[in-house]
Amino acid sequence: MTGAGVDEVAEQTGTVTSDVGATGRRRLGRRQITGVLFAVLGVILIVAVAPSITSETKSFAFESPPDPLQFSFSPPTLIVAVGVLYLLSAVAAFSPQRFDGWAGRLHLFSAISAVPLIMAIALGLSGSSSTNVTNLLDESLVLATPVALGAMTGLWCERSGIINIGIEGMMLASAGVGFMSFALLGAASSVAWLWVAVLVAILTGGLLALLLAVLSINFGINQIVAGVVINLFALGLTGFLRSEVIVPNGNSKGLSTTEFGVPLLSRLPILGETLFQGKPIHYAMYAVVGLTWLVMFRTAWGLRVRSCGENPHAAETLGIDVITVRYQAVVVGGFIAGMAGAWFSLESQSGFEDNMTNSAGFIALAALIFGKWTPWGAFAGALLFGFARALGSRLQFLQVEIGGFGIPSEFFQSLPFVVTIVVVAGALGRSIAPAAEGQPFRRSK
Amino acid sequence: MTVDERVPVLEVRGVTKTFPGVIANEDVDLVLHHGEIHCLLGENGAGKSTLVNTVFGLYQPDAGSIHVRGEQVRFGGVSDAIDAGIGMVHQHFQLIPVFTVAENVILGNEVTSGPFLDLNAARERITELGTRYGLKVDPDAKVGDLSVGEQQRVELVKALFREADILILDEPTAVLTPGEVDDFFSVVRSLVDQGKSIVFITHKLREVLTVADRITVLRGGRVAGTADPSSATQQSLANLMVGRDVVFQVEKGESAPAEVRIAIDGMSVEDDRGVLTVNELSLKVRAGEIFGVAGVEGNGQRELVEAVAGMRPKVGGHVELLGRNATKLSPREITELGVAHIPEDRGKHGVVGAYSIADNVVLNRYHHRPFSRRFIRDRQAIASEAETLVERFDVRTPGVDVPIQNLSGGNQQKVIVARELSGQPGAILVAQPTRGLDIGSIEFIHNQIIALRDEGAAVLLVSAELDEILSLSDRIGVLYRGRLVGVFDTAETSREQLGYLMATGAASDAEASVV
Repeated sequence: MTGAGVDEVAEQTGTVTSDVGATGRRRLGRRQITGVLFAVLGVILIVAVAPSITSETKSFAFESPPDPLQFSFSPPTLIVAVGVLYLLSAVAAFSPQRFDGWAGRLHLFSAISAVPLIMAIALGLSGSSSTNVTNLLDESLVLATPVALGAMTGLWCERSGIINIGIEGMMLASAGVGFMSFALLGAASSVAWLWVAVLVAILTGGLLALLLAVLSINFGINQIVAGVVINLFALGLTGFLRSEVIVPNGNSKGLSTTEFGVPLLSRLPILGETLFQGKPIHYAMYAVVGLTWLVMFRTAWGLRVRSCGENPHAAETLGIDVITVRYQAVVVGGFIAGMAGAWFSLESQSGFEDNMTNSAGFIALAALIFGKWTPWGAFAGALLFGFARALGSRLQFLQVEIGGFGIPSEFFQSLPFVVTIVVVAGALGRSIAPAAEGQPFRRSK
Repeated sequence: MTVDERVPVLEVRGVTKTFPGVIANEDVDLVLHHGEIHCLLGENGAGKSTLVNTVFGLYQPDAGSIHVRGEQVRFGGVSDAIDAGIGMVHQHFQLIPVFTVAENVILGNEVTSGPFLDLNAARERITELGTRYGLKVDPDAKVGDLSVGEQQRVELVKALFREADILILDEPTAVLTPGEVDDFFSVVRSLVDQGKSIVFITHKLREVLTVADRITVLRGGRVAGTADPSSATQQSLANLMVGRDVVFQVEKGESAPAEVRIAIDGMSVEDDRGVLTVNELSLKVRAGEIFGVAGVEGNGQRELVEAVAGMRPKVGGHVELLGRNATKLSPREITELGVAHIPEDRGKHGVVGAYSIADNVVLNRYHHRPFSRRFIRDRQAIASEAETLVERFDVRTPGVDVPIQNLSGGNQQKVIVARELSGQPGAILVAQPTRGLDIGSIEFIHNQIIALRDEGAAVLLVSAELDEILSLSDRIGVLYRGRLVGVFDTAETSREQLGYLMATGAASDAEASVV
C-alpha cells in the first residue's frame, strides 16, 4: 500500500515539476517546497536544538514495568541524526526526476521519524529519564478506534456517491441512544443487556443513515446540508435524552465492555499487550476495516457500490439499480457509525456526556481523505490521529521545561498536527475523491 | 438457440416517445433482420438516440411495441433488454475510468467464485472474445488510460460479454480518427459474419453507403424513408435527411476586398506548456474577404485564434484589429471593438451550459442597453431578443428558457453563431465552426458566414476540414509548425497542392505569394 502510494506521488510530482507557466517561468513543485521545509528544519535541529538539550542518557521503554525492554540513547545524537536525514531529504527533493521514487520514500521516512524526534526532544527537556513506548502505542490504537470506524462509515457512503459529513451526528446519537437503552433496560447490571445496548446503538446509526439516504437520494437535497442537519439533530436529541431520560433514571453510570486477551499471543514480548489485549469493539474495528476492504474490492456487490460512486449512469446502463445500491451502502455505513457510538458510551467509558464524540466524526473524514478513500489508507490515517492524541496527553504528563519555563502542553499537542500537515501536503500527494460523489442521481424514464 | 432467419430479430412498431415539450419519436417503425447492418440515419436531434434508448429499455415508449425474434417484449429496465440479448454502445461511453477493463466488462454481470469476484475467469473470457472478434484489449489496463478507440472496443466487449446478438451502436465513429474508423468497420463486419445483427446510428453519409445493408432515415422524430444502399446516393440520402435539396458546394459571389481589418505582424504565441507554437506569424485580412487557415491540427491554429481574440498572451509581435492596436487588449475590449469570435471549443469557451438560451444569446452584450439598465438586467428585452434570434437562426428548442446544455451540438453552435454574428461585427474569428454538426446545420452556418462577408466583414476562418476551407475561403494560408508556409488565392490552388503543403511544410513547385 505504502509503496504503491509513493510511486503514485512520484508520478504526480513529476508532472507538477515539468509544469511550466504560460509566462515560461519554471514553478517550484510540491516536492521542492517540502524539500526546502525539510532543509530548514534540519538546520534548526542540528544548529539550535541539539546543542541546547542535555546529553544525559534517556531511554524508551517497551513492555510494562518492572523489567521493561529499554532502548537507551543520548537525545542530542538522535536529534542530529534526524536532522541529517532531513537534509538528505532536502537534497533528494532537488535531484533529477528519475530519482523521484526514492525521494518520495525518503520524505515519507523523514515524516515518520518526526515521531521519535518529538519524543526525544520532549524527554530531553523534561526531568524524566524514560518514557514507555508500548503504553503510548496501546493508547494510540485505542483512541484510533472511533476514528477508524467513522472513516469506514464515510468510505461506504462516499464510495457509493453520497457525501456523509453527518458521521459525527450518527456516532453521537448512537452513543446516546445506546447508553439510554442500557440504563433503561438493564438497570445497569447485566452483561447481556450491555450487548443489547450495543446492538441498539448500531441500529440507531443505521436509522440515521437511512435518514441521510432519504434526504439525499430521494429528495436530492444537497448532501452537505443533509449531513449538517443530522449533526445538529443528533446534538439536540442526545442533549434532550440525557437531561430528560438518562439523568432522571438515575443510572448515569453502568458497566462497560471488558478487556480480554488472546491466549498465548498476548504474552508475546513488546507487542503482545498492545495488539492482543483489548476490548471487543476495539477488536471489531480491525474486523470492520478488513471486511470493508474485502467486500468493497473483492465482491460483486462492492464493485457495484464503487461503480455508483464513480459513474452511476454507466451503472444504470448495465442494469444496476443505483438507488438501491446507494441505500444499502449508506445504511451499512450507518451501522458502522453506530458501533463507533457504542465505543464511546459503552466501551471507552460507561456513561453518556453531551457531545462526547468531540469531533471524532470530522477527524474520521480527514482520515478518509488522508487515506485516499481506501480502507487501509483511512485506517493508517486514523492511527496517525490516534497517535497524535495519545502523544499530546503523554507530553503534557512529562512536564517539559526550557530554562525553568514550562512549555504549555498545547504547544506539544499541536506538533503532531503540524507533522500531519507536512505528511498530507508533502509526502502523500493529491487525494482524488470518487467522481460522482455528491451528485444526485435520477433514473431515466 | 435456433434462429429462423426470416423472422426479424428486432422489430419496432409505431413507437412514440415524448418528453415535456418535445416529441422525440412519432410512430417509428424499424425492422432488423438476422446478420444485417441496419443504418439509422438522421440529423442531430432527429430522434435516433431516443429510439435506441427506448429499444434498450432506458425509456418506456408512450405508444407502439417492440418485438424481439417475433415475440413482443416490454422492457421495465435495461436488465430486461440485456436479458433479451440486446447490447448497446452509447455515444458517450458508459465506462468507469478508474476501473480496469475487466472490472468494467463484468460490472452488472459479475463472474464470481464463491462470494468473491473471479477476475481470472473474466480475463480469460475477455481475451477469448478479443481473439474471436478482433477486439484486442488488455483486461488489466485502467480504462482511463486507454485511447478513445480502445475504450470503444471495451464497450463492444461489454456487450458481447453479455452474449448480446443484437448490437446497437450509437454514433460509434463520431469519436474515431479516420484510421480507427477503418479498423472499426472491419470489426463490425466480423461481428456480422459471426451471426450478430447491428443497428448502426450515424449522420455521416459516406459511412452509411460503405457499411449498411439497409437504411432507415429519421427526420424530426419520424421515419422520413427507407433506402437500399445499392441504389441510394449521398445526394438522395441527404435529401431524405434534411427534407430538401442540399447544396454540397457553397454558392458565393466574387469577393470585394476593401481596407485591412485584421493585421497580424510577427506574432509569437506559446501553448499551455510554454512551447512556442505560433512563430512570428504575419497575415492580413481585408474587409469583405474570408481568409482560411488550413493545416493539420496542432500546428498552432488554436493558439493563433486565442491570441488574436485576446484570450492568450502574445510573447512577441503586434496585432491590429479594425485599425486599433489590439496587442494587449482583453477579450471584452476586443469584443467591444466589434470583433466576433466563434471559438473552437463550444462547451468550454462558447456557451455556459447551465445558463438558458436567452442568457447565452446576450453573453457578449448583457451589460449594454437594452439588456441592462444601470445594474439591473432587463429580462424581457433579453427574452425577446433571444426569441427573435432563435427564429432567425433556426435553433430547434422547446423555448428560450431551456438550459443550453440540453440542446444538441448543432443547435448550441447555432446559438453561438446567432450571438456572434447578429451584432454586425466588423471582423470575425471563426474556429472549427461546423465540427461534429449535421449537414443542415453546416449548410446554414456556412451561408451565415458568407452573408456576413458580403456585408463587408473580414473573416479569419480556421478549420481542420480542407473542404470547408476550400469552399468558403477567398484566400488560403497553410499553417505549418506555427508559420504560414504559403498563401494562395483559392481559385489558383488545389486540394493536392494544399494537402502536400500541410503535410510537409514545403511547397513542391508552387509559387507561394507570401503577404
